[in-house]
Amino acid sequence: MSITVEHKMYNREEKQVKFSENILKRIEEIILHYPKDQSKSALLPVLHIAQQELGGYLSVDVMDYVASLLEIQPIEVYEVATFYPMFHLEPVGKYIIEVCQTGPCAICGSERIVDQLENILGIKAGETTLDGLFTLRTVECLGSCGTAPVMQINTEFHESLTPDKIIQIINDLRSKDRSNNQPLETKWVNLF
Amino acid sequence: MGKLVLTDKINIPGIRGIDVYQAHGGYVNLLKVIKDMTPADVGHEVTKSGLRGRGGAGFPTGLKWSFLDRKTDKPRYLVCNADESEPGTFKDRYLMEHLPHLLIEGLIISSYALGVKTCYIYIRGEFKYIIGILKKAVQEAYQHNLLGENILGSGFSLDIYLHPGGGAYICGEETAMLESLEGKRGNPRIKPPFPAYKGLFDSPTVVNNVETLAAVVPIIGMGGESYAEIGIGKSTGTKLISACGNVKKPGVYEIELGLPIEDFIFSEEYCGGIKDGKRLKAVVPGGSSVPVLPFELVLRTLKGQQRLMTYESLAEGGFDSGTMLGSGGFIVYDEDACMVRNTWNFTRFYRHESCGQCSPCREGTAWMEPILKRVEYGAGKLSDIDLLVSIAGKIEGNTICPFGDAAAWPVSSAIRHFRHEFEFHIEHPEIVKNINHGSLVNYPASSIQYR
Repeated sequence: MSITVEHKMYNREEKQVKFSENILKRIEEIILHYPKDQSKSALLPVLHIAQQELGGYLSVDVMDYVASLLEIQPIEVYEVATFYPMFHLEPVGKYIIEVCQTGPCAICGSERIVDQLENILGIKAGETTLDGLFTLRTVECLGSCGTAPVMQINTEFHESLTPDKIIQIINDLRSKDRSNNQPLETKWVNLF
Repeated sequence: MGKLVLTDKINIPGIRGIDVYQAHGGYVNLLKVIKDMTPADVGHEVTKSGLRGRGGAGFPTGLKWSFLDRKTDKPRYLVCNADESEPGTFKDRYLMEHLPHLLIEGLIISSYALGVKTCYIYIRGEFKYIIGILKKAVQEAYQHNLLGENILGSGFSLDIYLHPGGGAYICGEETAMLESLEGKRGNPRIKPPFPAYKGLFDSPTVVNNVETLAAVVPIIGMGGESYAEIGIGKSTGTKLISACGNVKKPGVYEIELGLPIEDFIFSEEYCGGIKDGKRLKAVVPGGSSVPVLPFELVLRTLKGQQRLMTYESLAEGGFDSGTMLGSGGFIVYDEDACMVRNTWNFTRFYRHESCGQCSPCREGTAWMEPILKRVEYGAGKLSDIDLLVSIAGKIEGNTICPFGDAAAWPVSSAIRHFRHEFEFHIEHPEIVKNINHGSLVNYPASSIQYR
């Protein structure tokens, strides 16, 4: 059974679909990385920034806003956002847990890792916990096969996993969240 | 110990920073290039070195560079392919994580040789922390006037920009990468025109893998001829091999091309043998796309010669009894690995990653995956095996880009060499249905031999 959760339940403040002045300035700089008439090239970097800064997923409003910034048609943004697996088109939890399930991870036990996560979180892969804290997904190769099995939590890698390690990692995240410490995550906007 | 030319300094503490890198001979080769060499000289050294593309196809780099259209007035571009996503491959990540300045030095030298003023590093989005490492290294290089206007007073200018992918495997194909860089879906382009004439923004473009561009630095340092002395025949130099799967010591190893595969798997210097005292069953030597080989064919060719880590030796015997060096993603399977489940797993990957542009690939992968799934779970029919071979054969060679071949080969090779396992799944549904998560299927012991 899949659980449908409405966006309101995520306990996340409704964000205005608009970047801050600082971010807008950075985006102007990013556009300059490409030739004059090629501002569309900045689409992938800007979508990464938008997803992180404007609510964790790309709503139609966010995509339309990005289109207006880059002076392209909204459809040009939709077709790209739906192509690349890193972009979420629906609300997701605060922590997105993505477990690699491809060959090398699979023969090193990634299926046991998914089982363990499903047990601990009480959801199936593809679902979000009711408190909006965790989304569990299975993904294809994360390029870390030497330290299989591997997962990433909001693009932070966790490697050489065992079912016991999973308990530790989830407990840490839960207590971190209770103590109101925001996760130390690199901002996409600082990476270009 | 084989000769190390790329990773010889990787264990020096702080080598990720520009000061330590420079203190250990970093950017000396760049100085040599801009002081004493013309762009054509650099190209000649690379051609003489015999360097072949390290991303998987093994195309000679000097030849690729020579195709670049130098007559047009349009700007030329160099794109560094850092979209490493081939299952089993994690060598570029290792190189960028530990030696970011080696890549940047290689990019500057290559750009100089190609007359390029703008260079993009297309890096897979999941490697966010590596983007951070590269970003810092690029900034350091700008601060030291190794990038930007008039580099070290030479009159040569270069900008390097980082561009993140969105998690699509297909963007590692060079024309899909160019589409993606232009802000589009990663659908590969029909060739010709080749990127050397019409690439990024319709301009002449060279796309090279991270390891290829990094290798340009030692080639300049030791000279193309000396580099060509490493290795065997047309497989010159060293190659990073990322070993994973059921080996004792998975990781990235720099090897001299020509190393016997048996040594690579079993010697303590490299993989250290199979984990948990088990036996070797099969190897996929070049990332998930290349054909899988059973242990006896991976260690020796059909003619009984020792199989070596070279482009030629691995391909010996064609696809009947050989495979490819590919990207160097070396996946080792022990006796417990189920080849049916593994093939299903890979096909699920290709079904997920197909861009959907060509019907044979889009539809073919979407048929092979559920058929393999039902075989794996004991619901298959004997005719399914030939059906799979037939579908794979109809994808292969009938698509715009090599992705179709890459999706077909794992299936056709697994059936070629491990047909008995597929038959076992179909003939013993009561056994395979009760298997938990693809652990060992109890094949009749007499039907399989192990090393």
